[in-house]
Amino acid sequence: MARTLINVPPKAKRGQVVEIKTLISHVMETGYRRNETGVAIPRDIINLFVCTYNGTEIFRADLHQAIAANPFITFFTTATESGTLEFKWTDDNGQVETASAKITVE
Amino acid sequence: MTHVRLAGFVAVLPLICALVPSLATEIAPENRRSAYADMSRETKAMQDDDTANPAMLSVLDGEVLWSRKTGAADRSCADCHGDATQSMKGVAARYPAFDAKSGKPVDLEERINLERAEHQKAPPLRFESDELLALSAYVARQSRGEPIAPPNDERLAPFIAAGRAIFDKRQGQLNLSCALCHDDNWGKRLAGNIVPQGHPTGYPLYRLEWQSLGSLQRRLRNCISGMRADVPDYGAPEYVNLELFLMQRARGMTMESPAVRP
Repeated sequence: MARTLINVPPKAKRGQVVEIKTLISHVMETGYRRNETGVAIPRDIINLFVCTYNGTEIFRADLHQAIAANPFITFFTTATESGTLEFKWTDDNGQVETASAKITVE
Repeated sequence: MTHVRLAGFVAVLPLICALVPSLATEIAPENRRSAYADMSRETKAMQDDDTANPAMLSVLDGEVLWSRKTGAADRSCADCHGDATQSMKGVAARYPAFDAKSGKPVDLEERINLERAEHQKAPPLRFESDELLALSAYVARQSRGEPIAPPNDERLAPFIAAGRAIFDKRQGQLNLSCALCHDDNWGKRLAGNIVPQGHPTGYPLYRLEWQSLGSLQRRLRNCISGMRADVPDYGAPEYVNLELFLMQRARGMTMESPAVRP
């Protein structure tokens, strides 16, 4: 099943600032809610997002309970060389979701 | 800012209380507008960009389900319908439609379940389940940009009339009808929100308030419980009749499925 949607420009000029958009499907359960029988629903949120560009970390975010379901994270980076952007989301259950996108720098 | 909002809310209260038993006036075709027009720039941007629209996650799921063999018949949707981008183009814009077998109209979700039962020999998908939303979102996505074109089917007439009657009928503890808000007072504010005209142009849609995708029936349930009226169960004929009437009312408007709403 689809888990992530990534938007990275496939081509960029060297030195150009490019926008990276990432969307992941996740419930982001806060841990503050209770179910119909009053039992607390355990917290399950993505708590860490990391993006690397050819192996170098360029963006990192700690997430907390106030983030809505299906977090949409966008940021900017400078296109330095052709290669791969890798994205990694880690949630409270230790589940890791990864995605990657290629960018060609001219 | 807070004061302005409060003032707006207080101003609305007498309006809601004083709604006289007005005769609902239908919206002239040239004045019809999708609730998209009233959204913030940020929410519009979410809907406009498929990589920012969280409903697209379900559309991608639906694409997988479309070709997955299931049920005792071990058949997929694609085995009969082929490429959905061709075969399902404009289909959602024509639903609900009359089902000759059961002698009543069915909406898109019910149609998917009927097809499952008949051709795939598979159990029905639960209303608002991830799978049913994914399939209906995928099918509805193929109608994006198409005009809403409900079938000119005479057999539907009594059901459309029943839907219109529900739309016009005052109900619930607040003694409101759909028409009081969506025909007579659209564009004004209810608390902080602009009252929309209530056109079903983008279903199933991702509602930020829900933090998930939801069907038109779910949205109708919201409104009905908001009027403090009895909320029929999912799949009740009242919903299909209402959906049918709403599609007639929105005839010719452009499909946005899957849309994003606040």
